[in-house]
Amino acid sequence: MSTFAARGEITLSVNGSEMRVPANLTAAGLIEHMALTGKRVALERNGEILPKSRFPEQTLEHGDQLEIVVAVGGG
Amino acid sequence: MANPAADALTLGGRTYRSRLLVGTGKYKDHAETRTAIEASGADIVTVAIRRSNIGQNPNEPNLLDAIPPSQFTILPNTAGCYTAQDAVRTLRLARELLEGHSLVKLEVLGDPHTLYPNIVETLEAARVLVKEGFHVMVYTSDDPIVAKQLEEIGCVSVMPLASLIGSGMGILNPWNLRIIIDNAKVPVIVDAGVGTASDAAIAMELGCDGVLMNTAIAAARDPVRMARAMKLGVEAGRDAFLAGRMPKKLYSASPSSPVGGTIAPVQGKAA
Repeated sequence: MSTFAARGEITLSVNGSEMRVPANLTAAGLIEHMALTGKRVALERNGEILPKSRFPEQTLEHGDQLEIVVAVGGG
Repeated sequence: MANPAADALTLGGRTYRSRLLVGTGKYKDHAETRTAIEASGADIVTVAIRRSNIGQNPNEPNLLDAIPPSQFTILPNTAGCYTAQDAVRTLRLARELLEGHSLVKLEVLGDPHTLYPNIVETLEAARVLVKEGFHVMVYTSDDPIVAKQLEEIGCVSVMPLASLIGSGMGILNPWNLRIIIDNAKVPVIVDAGVGTASDAAIAMELGCDGVLMNTAIAAARDPVRMARAMKLGVEAGRDAFLAGRMPKKLYSASPSSPVGGTIAPVQGKAA
C-alpha cells in the first residue's frame, strides 16, 4: 500500500481533508486526536454509520473516508 | 369553547402543544437563538447537520447546549442536500447524533438559486427513510399530486412551500394549499416563504396544521419580538380556522346594530 503504512502511518480522509495518523488508530483515538471527546458528534466510515459504542474497538484503515458531523443552526 | 390545550398537533405518534416550528439559522449567536425560540413557544426546533470543523476551536459552543434535546424536540434537516443519497446519509448521521431520534425533516433541493425542491430525489429519499423507520416530515412544492404521493409513501407530514425559502414573499398560491389540505390525511405544515405574522395567520386560517419558519424571525429587526408575533399569528389563525369564519357577502351589507328603534328626525322646532 503506502510508504506511510510502512512507517507506521496511514492516511485518512476526514471531512474531505487528508489526515496522516498512526496505524492501528481506533475511531475513539481519532475523536480524541481531534479534541472532540465528549462532544455530540456522529461518524460515518466509508458511507456507513459507525455507532458510538463501537468507537473504541474500530481500528481505522488506510484510505478510510470519514465524515464527522455536528448539529448547527439551520432551517 | 373547546379547550385550546386539547388542540394538539400529532406527528409520528407524539403530540405537541405549539403549531409553530422554528429553525435555528441566521441568528447573531446562540443566546439570541435561544431567546427567540423561547418567545416563539415552539416545541419543535429544526437544526442542520454539518461537518465538524477541523483544526478550529474545539471549545466552540455547541448549538445543542443552547437548545438541549431534553427541552425541545430537535428536528434534524437535510438543508443543503441535492441528492437522495446525501439526504439519507445525513439523516442516518443525525439519528446517530441524537441517540436514535426518528423525527426528521427531509428536503432535497433542486438548485441553489431558487432552493426549489427536487421532487424526484425527494420521493426516492422518502421511500428509503420510511423503510428505515424514520418519521419523515417532508419539504415539497405546492403540487397536490406530489403531496399525496409523499403521504402514501408514509411521510408523517407534508410541508409545501408558501413561496421560496427565505424569500418572505408570503402565501403565493393559497388555492393549491387548500387542495393539498383538503386531500391530506396527515398534517400539512407550511414550510418556507412566510414573511410576517399575517402570513402565518393566513396559512393557519386556510387549515394548515402548522407553520415552519426560520428567516422570518431571524432576519427581523427584532427577532425576539417577531418570534412572539409569529406565535400569536399562528394561534390567532388556528382559532379563526376552528371558529369558522362568517360567510362573505359580496354585494350586500348587513348592519351589526338593530335596524329599528333609532330616534326620529326633529320636526318643526329644529334647533
